[in-house]
Amino acid sequence: MFDELQDLYQQVILDHSRSPRNYRVLPSANKTAQGLNPLCGDSITLYLRIEGGRVEEATFQGAGCAISKASASLLTETVKGKTPDEIRALFDHVHEMVTTGKATSSDLGKLAVFAGVHKFPARVKCAILPWHAALAALEGKEEKVSTE
Amino acid sequence: MHSSTSHHNPASRRGEDCQTWLDLPETAGESRNQVHLSKAAGAGAPAELAHRFAALELFRSDFPVLGQAVNGNPLIYFDNAATTQKPFAVIHAIERYYSKDNANVHRGIHELSNRASAAYEAARARAAQFLNAGSASEIVFTRSTTEAINLVAQSWGMANIGAGDAILLTEMEHHSNIVPWQLLAKRVGARLVYLPVTGMDGLLDLSRLDDLLVPPVKLFAFTHISNTLGTINPVADLCAKARKRGITTLVDAAQSAGHMPIDVQEIGCDFLACSGHKLCGPTGTGLLYGRQELLEAMPPWQAGGDMISSVDFFESSWNIVPHKFEAGTPHIAGAIGLHAAFDYLDRVNRTLIFEHDRFLGELAYERLSGVSGIKILGPQKGRAGLVSFLFDDVHAHDLVTIMDRFGVALRGGHHCNQPLMRKLGIISTVRASFYFYNTATEVERFIDCLKESLKIFSGA
Repeated sequence: MFDELQDLYQQVILDHSRSPRNYRVLPSANKTAQGLNPLCGDSITLYLRIEGGRVEEATFQGAGCAISKASASLLTETVKGKTPDEIRALFDHVHEMVTTGKATSSDLGKLAVFAGVHKFPARVKCAILPWHAALAALEGKEEKVSTE
Repeated sequence: MHSSTSHHNPASRRGEDCQTWLDLPETAGESRNQVHLSKAAGAGAPAELAHRFAALELFRSDFPVLGQAVNGNPLIYFDNAATTQKPFAVIHAIERYYSKDNANVHRGIHELSNRASAAYEAARARAAQFLNAGSASEIVFTRSTTEAINLVAQSWGMANIGAGDAILLTEMEHHSNIVPWQLLAKRVGARLVYLPVTGMDGLLDLSRLDDLLVPPVKLFAFTHISNTLGTINPVADLCAKARKRGITTLVDAAQSAGHMPIDVQEIGCDFLACSGHKLCGPTGTGLLYGRQELLEAMPPWQAGGDMISSVDFFESSWNIVPHKFEAGTPHIAGAIGLHAAFDYLDRVNRTLIFEHDRFLGELAYERLSGVSGIKILGPQKGRAGLVSFLFDDVHAHDLVTIMDRFGVALRGGHHCNQPLMRKLGIISTVRASFYFYNTATEVERFIDCLKESLKIFSGA
């Protein structure tokens, strides 16, 4: 397989896209938002339960490609226990990584698997879609957010 | 029901610039000679057909884009439903115009303006001939199919559709043949009615037509070839039925005009819209054909220079058709490039293109049918040269990304058919769409690459 493809579709990403973690509606969520990619019709709804200023639980549901699904899956694992400010900072790091390929923060952890996305400009939106939804949820936005 | 009624090429009646490959394959072959004839011969095509398709492959060398490698592999361009590639004939026509004749049209007295005006109007006359319109004045240049449809919606629609009226569309329409009518309907208090699609086999449910094609329907607008399903609709029959009931018709020929002979008189439509860039012409070009008496009666839609006959401070009067609908400096170079594209396509022969593209469409359908887990949209037989498909567990965009690494250019997504996709319970598909410069060999390689790509997701 081509090297760049291997970077994009790493085993971790394929694993999370096949068996997404925290893939369910969260009835007790107090922050939720839908991320929509109008180009492909993909949509991901993110559910957060925030207590005492920290994310207690994060889940998602929706339809998307391997990249957006894996990104949402890993997001729900990563944001658990974090404060809204920490999540916003993480968004910036993820955004920089998927657009430049450079991982500037050690907080990224497993999210570093998305560094390969930057070589596929058309797919950056897929990786970042769940993160837009997360920010929108934190802002308490009711409306859908879009990648456009 | 899939067969179009306009198979007989008006081009064949059109004289010297329409010398056809069907008639003279050996002459044409000699003029370009020695390009791998054998490779193109389609597996499964009758020998005679394969021979004629092989002649088509010789035209590949007219397309500079096609010779390149993409991601280290020979480019296989299967995104022709989005836009086709451009031959040297078109590229050079535009270059020649800008190098020698560039000037604004219609108002100039000087030599260059005369040349530009003559070339622009010659392109219009050629467009009329290409669609077999009764006269050049029935052709309006637009930016695109989309703009042509918007023109009809805003001009004819505002004048002829009122509160309580209805517009009949089909469920397989592209967004550009839905949204302009939604805007119009909201504005005037009309409503939209849809002729259903039967299901995954992608046919219009014609059993419902008689019930739906009735007052208060004032307009029936439908696609000739579906850009997602590959269905070829019986446009002449649909137009005849509508005409009998006094209902105006608009045919969206975006996917058909470059792939088969189009004869608006034989189709019997009131309006027909098509894109230049989907038939080897430049982007930013499109055509609206409208019956003369309809265009005459329609109010202008965009206002400015060129569309007026006289302007006073408070009142103006309009130029004659089609100029009434072409405000501002037009895309002169685009029209001239389009003229070259018409000539080029008739030299290739649109009847042969139609047979060839349908052959590749059916070949691809057959080969794809053998891929496990696949769902293919649209009819198996009598389909146009495009195939959409999907897998339950592999997303279209992932496949398109991987296929791109193999040099295969496909499209993934909803193809501007969201309502149809929702009805079918689908979010996105992969689409391969063919043109005369594609070959059976490319289809075979596409299938091999697809199987290879799927392995990434099967965990194998």
